[in-house]
Amino acid sequence: MNIVVLVKQVPDSGADRNLRNDDNTVDRGSANNVINEMDEYAIEEALKIKEAHGGEVTILTMGPDRATESIRKALSMGPDKAVHVLDDALHGSCAVATSKVLAAALGQLNADLVICGAESTDGRVQVMPHMIAERLGVAALTGARKLTVDGATLTVERQTEEGYEVVTASTPAVVSVWDTINEPRYPSFKGIMAAKKKPVQTFSLADLGVAPTEVGFDGATSAVVEHTKRPPRSGGAKITDEGEGGVKLVEFLATEKFV
Amino acid sequence: MSEVLVVVEATKEFGVKKVTLEMLTLARELGTPSAVVLGGAGAAEALSAKLGEYGAEKIYAAEGDEIDGYLVAPKATVLAELVKRVQPSAVLLASAQEGKEIAARLAVKLDNGILTDVVGLAADGTATQVAFAGSTIVKSKVTKGLPLVTVRPNSVTPSPAAASPAIEQLTVSVTDTDKLAKVVERVAEQKGSRPELTEAGVVVSGGRGVGNADNFKLVEELADLLGGAVGASRAAVDSGFYPHQFQVGQTGKTVSPQLYVALGISGAIQHRAGMQTSKTIVAVNKDGEAPIFELADFGVVGDLFKIVPQAAEEIRKRK
Repeated sequence: MNIVVLVKQVPDSGADRNLRNDDNTVDRGSANNVINEMDEYAIEEALKIKEAHGGEVTILTMGPDRATESIRKALSMGPDKAVHVLDDALHGSCAVATSKVLAAALGQLNADLVICGAESTDGRVQVMPHMIAERLGVAALTGARKLTVDGATLTVERQTEEGYEVVTASTPAVVSVWDTINEPRYPSFKGIMAAKKKPVQTFSLADLGVAPTEVGFDGATSAVVEHTKRPPRSGGAKITDEGEGGVKLVEFLATEKFV
Repeated sequence: MSEVLVVVEATKEFGVKKVTLEMLTLARELGTPSAVVLGGAGAAEALSAKLGEYGAEKIYAAEGDEIDGYLVAPKATVLAELVKRVQPSAVLLASAQEGKEIAARLAVKLDNGILTDVVGLAADGTATQVAFAGSTIVKSKVTKGLPLVTVRPNSVTPSPAAASPAIEQLTVSVTDTDKLAKVVERVAEQKGSRPELTEAGVVVSGGRGVGNADNFKLVEELADLLGGAVGASRAAVDSGFYPHQFQVGQTGKTVSPQLYVALGISGAIQHRAGMQTSKTIVAVNKDGEAPIFELADFGVVGDLFKIVPQAAEEIRKRK
């Protein structure tokens, strides 16, 4: 099975994250940039399918130069090769335009299966899998906590607020996964060394047949008008329990009318 | 005034979800709200009274297995046709899994901008969003097409405004491509009578400090006394204390209740990302240096196994 995993480089969610003051885009320059955590689960799932059924795993990333670090990191887990969509005109692209670019790249990769994280930790927008599936005219099985592959038939368990749904489709398809699906492997030393030699192909917008005016700020379908940093919360009263902590807690809740 | 489409979120068990009432309330500020019910046979009829109570002037319904038997694609197709026909001034969906997915497909079909996790929407289409775990407030606008936004639960206080909507059944003409992802089974998991986590006014969450699955009874007891939902930190979920669908945080649910009670939760960034826009935060933790106290309006340093039962007893006394 030819599997493509979408990997996004994001600012580390464990550190302070900001939007840039000049153009309101995510500040990647001063951030510690990492692989979107959910994408590691997507890579793991792809590798497990390859191990069980054979095939090839390709990483697909759209992002600036420095996204190369995340591509190498992803490859060190075991995928075979990577494609990096790299073009200065992409800066400032909205989700709709991003899906256009990724769909164009996928169109050249002939994937049977596209796997991605259910959302990225920076935008948390959660729209990419369905946007891509809509453009490619293929099935989207999203929010998977379990994926079973039987020949060309895919079955996922999808968590809902009431319980879960079992959803099935044939390849080609897009599957998005939550972090409940598996436990991603750590790259081995051998994997890290091997990743340095794995092929990384670069696609420009011209290679994909997408005009620069369709992406970036020019092609954006939405715009951030302004952003402000919210003042950090400040802690209020803190008491040490000396036998009456529970009662004091309820007294506080009562003054706030919760009890 | 022009029409504003509100795509209804509802469950079989509880009917119209609160976020739908919030969207209807918001829609009334922008124009005339019309509710759109996309679901199984008879869904609109069952929901119409409640939708009318909150100001839906009209209900569009697309119902049946063609709609409900597949993953979101048919719903997006029907909605896109409706948008083209009635030319609404805005389309609102819930900022939850399915609402975002329908909106995603709609955005591509109409080549229209999309804004998610919206907590406020002005008449000129300027949306307010909360980004980076609540640390940044963003004002944004759709610049191509109509305002297509998904609204985060607990953003607006629902207020009733009686209307008596008629139901218009939509002709369903979905394509084969819309039917590629077939729902073969829907399994309800035990949930009891507690409110849904993202919509609850009160959330009581437990973390690693709760110690084991059995001890989560303490968290549940306090939640029930406060009429709230139960949540859990990632550490608690990863340790198998509580199911994943109740996880609050960066890789779980985002909640914004009136009251958030954190029990045995240290307050790692992962967790804070999902709860720090809560109105009032209360924490109990044995470690006085735990970062959760930096957020808490009221914190108790001590043993939760002593403090929580005492608090539960005190609430019972006051009732």
